[in-house]
Amino acid sequence: MLNYDLVVVGGGPAGMAAALKAKEEGVEKIVILERAETLGGILEQCIHTGFGLHYFGEELSGPEYAGRFIEQVEKTDIDVFTDTMVLNISGDNVVTAVNNNEGLMQFKAIAVVLAMGCRERPRGALSIAGSRPAGIMTAGTAQKYVNIDGYMPGKKVVILGSGDIGLIMARRMTLEGAEVKVVCELMPYSGGLTRNIVQCLDDFGIPLRLSCTVVKTHGKDRLEGVTVAKVDDKLQPIPGTEEYIECDTLLLSVGLIPENELSKDVGVELDRVTSGPVVDEYRETLHPGIFACGNVLQVHDLVDYVTEESQIAGKGAADYIFGKKKGGTFINTKGINGVRYIVPQRVNIEGEENLKLYFRVGQVYKGAKVVVECDGKILSSKKKVKLAPGEMENVTITTEMLKDMNKDSEIIVRVEE
Amino acid sequence: MKKSLICVSCPLGCPIEVEIENGEVISVSGNTCKRGDQYARTEITNPVRSLTTSVKVEGGVHPVVPVKSAGPVPKDKMFDCMKVINEATIKAPVKIGDIVIENICGLGVDIVATNCDCGK
Repeated sequence: MLNYDLVVVGGGPAGMAAALKAKEEGVEKIVILERAETLGGILEQCIHTGFGLHYFGEELSGPEYAGRFIEQVEKTDIDVFTDTMVLNISGDNVVTAVNNNEGLMQFKAIAVVLAMGCRERPRGALSIAGSRPAGIMTAGTAQKYVNIDGYMPGKKVVILGSGDIGLIMARRMTLEGAEVKVVCELMPYSGGLTRNIVQCLDDFGIPLRLSCTVVKTHGKDRLEGVTVAKVDDKLQPIPGTEEYIECDTLLLSVGLIPENELSKDVGVELDRVTSGPVVDEYRETLHPGIFACGNVLQVHDLVDYVTEESQIAGKGAADYIFGKKKGGTFINTKGINGVRYIVPQRVNIEGEENLKLYFRVGQVYKGAKVVVECDGKILSSKKKVKLAPGEMENVTITTEMLKDMNKDSEIIVRVEE
Repeated sequence: MKKSLICVSCPLGCPIEVEIENGEVISVSGNTCKRGDQYARTEITNPVRSLTTSVKVEGGVHPVVPVKSAGPVPKDKMFDCMKVINEATIKAPVKIGDIVIENICGLGVDIVATNCDCGK
């Protein structure tokens, strides 16, 4: 058994930021366990720019953003195991992992940070009729093929889902010579950032069809085409609107799912909306000593926020290790009227610092207000030019606001039109 | 004449209104920072984008290494740049920031590596 103060599961931007913050706070023995062959996580294949504007004040590509943290990790005495798969976390914080060189390893930790990220919803999660020809894959898989492995998975492409990865891949495939025929989006709005619709679709004349989905795939060995159809307001395909589109590749960008198998095994309670752990403002789960941050906690659209969140988790874990973590009275946060969820789900009313509540809305709003209230009293109200499901928002709760709360209080965030 | 744009300078994506008279920008509104103003003005006169792609690498851990244009290139020159980049092959080892192609297509912009590949 290897003894560590902190075991970080996952060496992407979340895991690295948490480990580095804990180191900065004085934690001595830290190890990062990473499944892939290098640190960096999904950023390694996100070669487009747009990362780091908030955190570094400059626009970096994914590998450059990751590179800055990898460099910092290498300068510390944080142990890193790559090509290493974590199999289990036990109730007393023993992390079991395996790799080719060391075989089976057990790490006894005082605290654990969960930073496993998320994965893409696969084809099997959708009900599309048709057989299983080659040429149907998630947008992230295609991204890896093109950007890491250096080959093009197809020539005529239809993309289902207008999340950011789908939009980015529409541009990437076009730049490399493929013809992207259409991006179909089930919802009446895009799930991606507006700027990606402009610079990935509009720039190249790629049409975006809203309220539209793929109902059937054609072809046996290789995809030959897809049938798309318009959907009604219940998201059901409308008979008679079907259209055949010839293509050899269908990319799916239909949602991301936090990868919480390890969390479930250890009994960490998950939030039904985020599919990530329920955490307090220090990003500690309901299981003492287990923290969570990054896409395993909630799917982010900006890595800068992942870094910010992971530093909170790293600080929280350090405080826990040193026995300094604040006890107190924890109350719940709740999103209503268009606010789908809030992270953190629990807030310490005896906390001594201002904190941010992160949330997403369920539909597009223009000129609506974000209202924060507690016990019938409005704490803040701010008008927003635009709110969209694809863009994470936040509100600040000040220590001043916390003063008037008691153990039965509940902080509510809602949209007011 | 008024034109509506979405700023692509950062992920905020501010909706911008530009007032144009005789091909000249009179006013820019809706932006939340200076970059938005700058973006709107160049977008009307000479739209530019930063280009990110990958280049073949010989002797690397992976067959390609990601690259970007060190500065923005004219939007209508993106495919010309892609052609040059796709015909190039570089040798490992490569470090972040290494110049892969100098002054691409005579645009005064270098293509630089955005990841390292220390080679096999």
